[in-house]
Amino acid sequence: MNMNEIIKITDLTKSFGNIIACSSITLEVYPGEIVGIVGESGSGKTTLLKCASGLYKPDSGEVFFRSDDNYVQNICNISEPDLRQLMRTDWSFIHQNPRDGLRMNISAGGNIGEKLMAIGNRHYGNIREAAAAWLEKVEIDSSRIDELPSNFSGGMQQRLQIARCLITEPKLIYMDEPTGGLDVSVQAKILDLIKKLVEELNIAAVIVTHDLGVVRLLADRVLVMKDGHIVEQGITDQVLDDPHHAYTQLLVSSIIQV
Amino acid sequence: MDELKYNFAYLDEQTKKTIRRAILKGLSIPGYQVPFSSREMPMPYGWGTGGIQVTSSCIKQDDTLKVIDQGSDDTTNAVSIRNFFKRVTNVQTTEDTNKATIIQTRHRIPEIPLVEKQILIYQVPTPEPFRFLEPSEFETRKIHALKEYGIMHLKLYEDISKNGHISTSYNYPVLVDDNYISAPSPIPKFDNPKMNNNPAIQLFGAGREQRIYAIPPYTKVISLDFEDYPFEATKANAVCQLCGATDSYLDEIIIDNAGGRMFVCSDTNYCQNNLLKKIYNP
Ligand SMILES: Nc1ncnc2c1ncn2[C@@H]1O[C@H](COP(=O)(O)OP(=O)(O)O)[C@@H](O)[C@H]1O
Ligand SMILES: [Mg+2]
Ligand SMILES: [Zn+2]
Repeated sequence: MNMNEIIKITDLTKSFGNIIACSSITLEVYPGEIVGIVGESGSGKTTLLKCASGLYKPDSGEVFFRSDDNYVQNICNISEPDLRQLMRTDWSFIHQNPRDGLRMNISAGGNIGEKLMAIGNRHYGNIREAAAAWLEKVEIDSSRIDELPSNFSGGMQQRLQIARCLITEPKLIYMDEPTGGLDVSVQAKILDLIKKLVEELNIAAVIVTHDLGVVRLLADRVLVMKDGHIVEQGITDQVLDDPHHAYTQLLVSSIIQV
Repeated sequence: MDELKYNFAYLDEQTKKTIRRAILKGLSIPGYQVPFSSREMPMPYGWGTGGIQVTSSCIKQDDTLKVIDQGSDDTTNAVSIRNFFKRVTNVQTTEDTNKATIIQTRHRIPEIPLVEKQILIYQVPTPEPFRFLEPSEFETRKIHALKEYGIMHLKLYEDISKNGHISTSYNYPVLVDDNYISAPSPIPKFDNPKMNNNPAIQLFGAGREQRIYAIPPYTKVISLDFEDYPFEATKANAVCQLCGATDSYLDEIIIDNAGGRMFVCSDTNYCQNNLLKKIYNP
């Protein structure tokens, strides 16, 4: 199968009992592109992300992922070893709560270096050097490499998680409310950091948020979800400055402009 | 004593058969932990009931049994297991590693190289090498099934970062047959190289955890490490003060009320043989 997209979701539906969390969703993401998914709580954003990353099996529809070598895999019927291999190498998942994405009983350096070891790096000095470099990249002093995550503030834990996810330079990252649990002042800095790294490494990203400010800062394109449907999509600035769907207009008008 | 009450080697033939099946499965998948349904034995779990059940299932009338605990044939644990088997099998027992066909062990591999006709049976308290990293059995099984073994190097990484070297000195994790990561049971890492390419059959029994695993003869067994922090089979940098051995694993023992200490071979049979050689070929 030939495709230019890095990820392609076609006609995806996922229900829980009689709640249709995602209904006939179609979505393409191109290499290096950042796509935002916005919508109020319960609109199906997290479900869509979990289907896209193989954590949930959709009731119908397909999710295709293309690796660097143009190898296309259907995420909906991938084997668990293949899925885990993808998660170690080609993509990454940044959780809202850093505790879900970090090992809290392992040092900062160990957390960052783990994926390198998982893909077979067996040189302690190299792993440590790479971990220290990534600490600096996410603006944490590398002298703190041996500290446990619990010594760090929430914002720093989130930076640590970002370093842990990006060290293998994945091609795609999924983020679910990555700054949701943080103070507003800290949020802005983390978003800047994500933006900088994603552009620098040319990573494609799908970012789920209820916060239109996050989307405006990060996303090239935005999809608006309501009750499991995509009600509007397009270039971020166009959608946010000139929303067509009544629901989007409501969302946009309710945000406080800063 | 009324040994007639028991079947040969205490366990009934049906039970032995199921344990032998687990052993055979273990031998055909080196390092893989085979579940088996552990029987009540007439001693508590900490006494090595896993190893005892494996020995019961392997032992034959013409075997010669040696039992060691911490390298020694005469600790309480070794003596009572040896007496138990004497009672329920009437087989010959020995302290001489060379004469034994079955060696049940806790904490050590004998210093004298083993040979093809021998079986080394380990009493294992914790068969799962990932248990301290991951308490859930469901998750550790997944780690093995998917070979997500990087996490063991993560543990070694933490060790080096904290201590400047890999400080794990017992139960040092091994990769068996380039395939399964296994726990060698609490032997000192000094013994790890003896597991590699060993002509004897190595069987591991964990009673409480109900697992059996195995290393067939001449199997590759590698101790995990980093390129820049290679595995080292360390021991105390001293000489046995009884027999003068420089190549054996040493225990430091207290010798008087004043807290005097000396280093002696942990393998008592090895030490005695060295002493005898000295006496007869001075
Ligand atoms: N595991 C689940 N079991 C049952 N219902 C679920 C589950 N996950 C989500 N839902 C329901 O699906 C809908 C969409 O949820 P979700 O994808 O979490 O939305 P969002 O992330 O946009 O807040 C909601 O009605 C939610 O209650
Ligand atoms: Mg959500
Ligand atoms: Zn000695």
